[in-house]
Amino acid sequence: MAELDTSGGGKGDKKVRSKKQSTRVDLTAMVDLAFLLITFFILTTTLQKPKAMDLVMPDKDEKNNNQLPVPESRTMTILLGSNNKLEWYMGQPSNPLTAPVVEGYGKNGIRKALIDKAAEVKAASGGKEMIVLVKPSDKSTYENMVSIMDELNVVGNQSRAIVDITQAEIGLLQRDGIY
Amino acid sequence: MPRAKVKRKSTAIDMTAMCDVAFLLLTFFILSAKPKTQDPIQTTVPAATAEIALPESDFAMILVGQGKAFYSIAGPELKMETLKLMGEKYGQTFTQEELAAFANTESFGVPMNQLKQLLALPAAERSNVKQPGIPVDTTDNNELFNWVRQTRIADKAVANAELKVAIKGDSKEEYPTIAKIIKTLQKQQVNKFSLITSLKSAQK
Repeated sequence: MAELDTSGGGKGDKKVRSKKQSTRVDLTAMVDLAFLLITFFILTTTLQKPKAMDLVMPDKDEKNNNQLPVPESRTMTILLGSNNKLEWYMGQPSNPLTAPVVEGYGKNGIRKALIDKAAEVKAASGGKEMIVLVKPSDKSTYENMVSIMDELNVVGNQSRAIVDITQAEIGLLQRDGIY
Repeated sequence: MPRAKVKRKSTAIDMTAMCDVAFLLLTFFILSAKPKTQDPIQTTVPAATAEIALPESDFAMILVGQGKAFYSIAGPELKMETLKLMGEKYGQTFTQEELAAFANTESFGVPMNQLKQLLALPAAERSNVKQPGIPVDTTDNNELFNWVRQTRIADKAVANAELKVAIKGDSKEEYPTIAKIIKTLQKQQVNKFSLITSLKSAQK
């Protein structure tokens, strides 16, 4: 430790010597203070930065009419209802290719259908991706929308869009008691 | 027989090294600190597996909760520039003090005609005031539309960059409120934006 010899000159002289004083400083209080400040800064810092999920909406340009119709055999529609339930079917609402199924979100819910149907569509259309239309109803929450988009991210689906729900589809949700 | 003397040792511990470490950590935390910002409403952000970090600049955030919309802009310069443009748009002039006060405000949610009152309050009281939210309802009174638009113009002027818009919504918020915000953004061809989420590990 840094310590200076504060004793006077030679041994011989009998001059008045000031009392030998240690140059050690008690740092305990300083350490206390430093840790107190560290604690303060740790607590006030946002440790986990929020993450973001990008969402791309279809262009709503009315002038642009060069949009291609989507083949219904490749289209899966997911309706978001109330009570954290959703309903999905392939094809069109009036004449669905598969009967609408009510399911939950997450790993044990929609994911299996998404993976199975995507594989089916891929096999039937010669390697084309399934198109997923997400239609949130007025009774669904923001969390539902984020979960379903996240689910599509997890299964790696890129052709998806959020579309406004139609009256016929609201009727479907009402029939199954999730509106 | 003389007893073997045990040499007395000082009980004082050398604190120099500990002090060094403590201050090193302190310096690190001070430099990396970004103080928590208090949102005017409490929100629980939905969890998702997305791992993209939010940008630090050229960035505006719309906070949605309890059916209200709040707006915040990143960076004091962009804030001041946006407020000037908004003032021109709504026929209000803001003094230098008001601009400075606005630069220090985080999220706000008041209509333009109440903004001066909000800025007149001391900074500490601003977050405690109950704010009604920025009007988004009707087509002719969509102030959020103008806020986003003027921020985009300001960002072009200040930093020559494309503004990124993020939505921070409460998990339990009903979808129509979010749909309204999305429509507002789409009306000005902002078709790509970010949803702020908290991190959740993917359930494989």
